[in-house]
Amino acid sequence: MATIVENPSLTGGSPGAEPVVDNYLTFTRGWKSWAFTLDHKRIGVMYLFATLGAFFVGGVMALLLRSELFFPGQQFLSPDMYNHMFTLHGAVMTFLFIIPGIPAAQGNFVLPIMLGAKDVAFPRMNLGSFYLWIFGAIYLVAAIIFGGLDTGWTFYTPYSTTTNTSVILATTGVFILGFSSIFTGLNFIVTIHTMRPPGMTWFRMPLFLWATYATAIIQVLATPVLGITLLLLIAERAVGIGIFQPELGGDPVLFQHFFWFYSHPAVYIMILPAMGVISELISTFSRKHIFGYRFIAYSSIAIALLGFLVWGHHMFTSGQSAVSATMFSFLTFSVSIPSAIKVFNWLATMYKGSISFATPMVYALSFIFLFSIGGLTGLFLGALSVDIHLHDTYFVVAHFHYVMMGGTLIAFLGGLTYWWPKMTGRMYDEFSSQMAAIGVFIGFNLTFFPQFVMGARGMPRRYADYLPEYEFYHQLSTIGAFVLGVALVAAVGILVKSLWTGPKAPANPWGSATLEWQCSSPPPHDNFATTPEVGDPYAVESVKWSDSEHGYVKNPSYVPSKDH
Amino acid sequence: MSTADVVSPVTAPGEHHAHSGDGHDHGHGHQPHLAHHFESYEQQFDAGKLGIWLFLVTEVLFFSGLFCAYVVYRVLYPELFAFGHLFLNKELGAINTVVLLVSSLTMALAVRAAQLGQRQVLISMLVVTIACAFVFMGIKYVEYTTKFREGLFPARYFAPTPEALLHAAHMIHDAQSHGSAGHSAGAHDDHAADTSHGHDAKAGDHAHEEVNKNGLTAAEQAMVDSVKVPPNAGLFFSIYYCLTGLHGIHIIAGIAAISWILVRSIKGHFTPLYFGPVEYVGLYWHLVDLIWIYLFPLLYLIH
Amino acid sequence: MTAATMDHTGHGHDGHSHGGHGHDSHVHDGHGHYPGVPSYSHIMPLWILFAVFASLIALTALTVALSGVALGTAEIFVSMGIATIKALLVAVYFMHMRHDKPLNVLICTFSLVFVALFIGLLVFDSMEYYPNIAARTYVEMLDKAK
Ligand code: HEM
Ligand SMILES: [Cu+2]
Repeated sequence: MATIVENPSLTGGSPGAEPVVDNYLTFTRGWKSWAFTLDHKRIGVMYLFATLGAFFVGGVMALLLRSELFFPGQQFLSPDMYNHMFTLHGAVMTFLFIIPGIPAAQGNFVLPIMLGAKDVAFPRMNLGSFYLWIFGAIYLVAAIIFGGLDTGWTFYTPYSTTTNTSVILATTGVFILGFSSIFTGLNFIVTIHTMRPPGMTWFRMPLFLWATYATAIIQVLATPVLGITLLLLIAERAVGIGIFQPELGGDPVLFQHFFWFYSHPAVYIMILPAMGVISELISTFSRKHIFGYRFIAYSSIAIALLGFLVWGHHMFTSGQSAVSATMFSFLTFSVSIPSAIKVFNWLATMYKGSISFATPMVYALSFIFLFSIGGLTGLFLGALSVDIHLHDTYFVVAHFHYVMMGGTLIAFLGGLTYWWPKMTGRMYDEFSSQMAAIGVFIGFNLTFFPQFVMGARGMPRRYADYLPEYEFYHQLSTIGAFVLGVALVAAVGILVKSLWTGPKAPANPWGSATLEWQCSSPPPHDNFATTPEVGDPYAVESVKWSDSEHGYVKNPSYVPSKDH
Repeated sequence: MSTADVVSPVTAPGEHHAHSGDGHDHGHGHQPHLAHHFESYEQQFDAGKLGIWLFLVTEVLFFSGLFCAYVVYRVLYPELFAFGHLFLNKELGAINTVVLLVSSLTMALAVRAAQLGQRQVLISMLVVTIACAFVFMGIKYVEYTTKFREGLFPARYFAPTPEALLHAAHMIHDAQSHGSAGHSAGAHDDHAADTSHGHDAKAGDHAHEEVNKNGLTAAEQAMVDSVKVPPNAGLFFSIYYCLTGLHGIHIIAGIAAISWILVRSIKGHFTPLYFGPVEYVGLYWHLVDLIWIYLFPLLYLIH
Repeated sequence: MTAATMDHTGHGHDGHSHGGHGHDSHVHDGHGHYPGVPSYSHIMPLWILFAVFASLIALTALTVALSGVALGTAEIFVSMGIATIKALLVAVYFMHMRHDKPLNVLICTFSLVFVALFIGLLVFDSMEYYPNIAARTYVEMLDKAK
């Protein structure tokens, strides 16, 4: 962060540049102006750095895991270390990166601007949420230092109550991170309800806002249940209250119910904002109005609500009753309907559009492809008899990486490359970042597609070793992981490089019609000098390319149509 | 225009707003406690209120996990609950219920006073509310320490003392002999807390009788032996401590929040236009009361 | 506050619709209109607050009294029913739900639906699989053997 503030080329102070314009980066200076900032944009940027840092740490762990698996037998990780490593990889990626990644980092930055508001409703709570994230992260790191953690990110009892690793530190960390997430969600709901300027009706909101709103509903309703579950787990370990311990009359399956009542909805906390980003990208880069706006908007809400009804599909083999398993299986199929609605509407938006393959769009297209695979394989897992075979195999690992990484991470990168010019005021090198995006796509598929195959053939998950018959798939997967790692470092490196060498970004480089592109890049401290004009967020005809500006400007001949 | 008279300033005493009557409609540099990103006090109030309601929703779901554990185990093992509740002190529970209801009333009165700009009333009502909260915690302290003394610990550590069992035996006996309708509440359930003096008379009668290593007479020991402790009886106390403990933590948080409001009202921050924080803390406090309204019958009044 | 401020908060209409009795500060019609009080602030009349409090105390006494009466299986429903009436009284009057925005009321109702869903489905499943658990039957067996 400090580099950004102190880099003169960024602040418009470079020789020969126009007079310094007020923007949020130069509004005030010094580290304190960041550490105590209440500006949603700065909080968003800090979240961005923090979550990317967590992603890097989790990624290094993943590469270590994959390297260990290159050959059967033990290479350099003892089976015990392997257990620690995959647990921390999962916990860091889930709680520190994927959950806050899009809403807290990118959402914080763009949500109020997209809405036409000056800030979120509770700026102090917003900063508090960021520091809770930091504290949660510190606890997780402390858990690594003081004994590690080998329960898997799911903390299943009774193992988590008997292992001698630092479960209490880790769960305290996750508990704190839960509150960080709740505060973000709560803030967004209130902001969207009470801070809309005149003219910004519900159906003029960009779909990204609908998506973050739906996400926020889940954050507020589901996360507290995770909180109490973890408190009970801590109490179980600390004093042995017996609620989850069979020998004291308790029931470990109860823990799984509690955990998944949060964690299934949580997978929608991860994917809904990603879908929101994709809706923005597809319309902008197809230069077409989004198709089926209301369907996409309502399907976000439907996903959020239906997502609460399917948690039992993680427990088909846990001892859950046959009746509930049948019911949960049925409901699982129904929740895929709203997801499919979105995919069809994106495809229809692209149909006959003039598609540009700018970097964000490359990510958006990867998303559609990868998310579809992830979602469809979810249906295999939701089918009772099939899941008995596939449960706890690499098939599940591949499934959730296709949705979480192929879905959320790819959309995160799409959003990052889309809003980067707005956040930093710099354009990055288009060709090299397109190449990086393609590298990510190839590396990703090479890593995870073989996992479907070996999973279906019976390779169990969370094992440090395997039979020789799986060697080929594991080696493909490991090679893919390194390709993916290199491509990701390149993708981020190209962005960072643009801070020094990139040309100045125009206000609207992509031709989007949502409000954040009406203010300068980077935005001023108060977002808008004058209250912005709210129109149809997907009227891409309302802007046209200007050679002198190197970006899009208002189209004077545009007349808003009545039907939007 | 008549508006000027209608909205006569009902600001709290001690409020000194430097407004001269003009220039307030542009920006709000002169409007105390109106954050820059809000357009009006009303918008700020609505945002805060929605925010606190959402927070209460998270609280409800937070507690729901414990209620869920309660329901599951009560359905599966009703005998644990019927047995466990014998050790709880119904009178103290009832007194605490009344204490919290009083505090809810005073909190509602405090909010009303804030809305009307009556600073003195506001301050005194908040003080009473905090006092009630302390009384509640005091009584909880008495209950907890008694339980600990009687060996009524959660799960694994559950080891009721002979006195506690004797007391339970009396309650079972009373319930059996007077169990029919019309038996007035509380007449016979002298509780574990007061076993020491509750059975003084008896102890006097049998002063010359020999007592065994448990300090019980033969008859008393027989009664204790007749008590059948169900397996995993400690599970009830796990749930009891979790529920009341979490609730107690919320009371303590409430004391902190109300104290903060109290300091601000003494400083004269609140006016009829700006009283949001009082209302928000009030809502939180009522929720804490509301949870207790369910905890009391669920834990203390079981059969 | 000044007229200008009031207009700024968007409540200029109060001055017109209630201007008639705006001057006599002690008249209120049960809806809580007081001079100088903006429309987003609903004042609960004192008598309502005290009446609610009296009912709460009475209901507490009732539930304690009923706990001495053997009601059998109805007992849990009776005591939960009374608790719910008390909870509603607190929510509607002390927490001003009666005058609150429909959205806030909706949010609360909504959260209770989710609580019901959570507890309902979970209890349902526990009861369903309970008989399948060998360990439990084993404990019971040991217990019978005692
Ligand atoms: C499109 C609809 C989806 C369906 C039908 C579906 C179905 C399933 C099922 C049945 C399982 C359990 C497999 C097993 O353990 O045997 C599962 C696991 C999982 N799913 Fe999905 N899923 C869907 C979308 C998603 C999304 C969008 C995400 C995240 C962004 C996600 C993340 C996960 C994770 C993390 C697990 C594994 C959890 C673990 O055991 O560690 N799923 N999914
Ligand atoms: Cu799931």
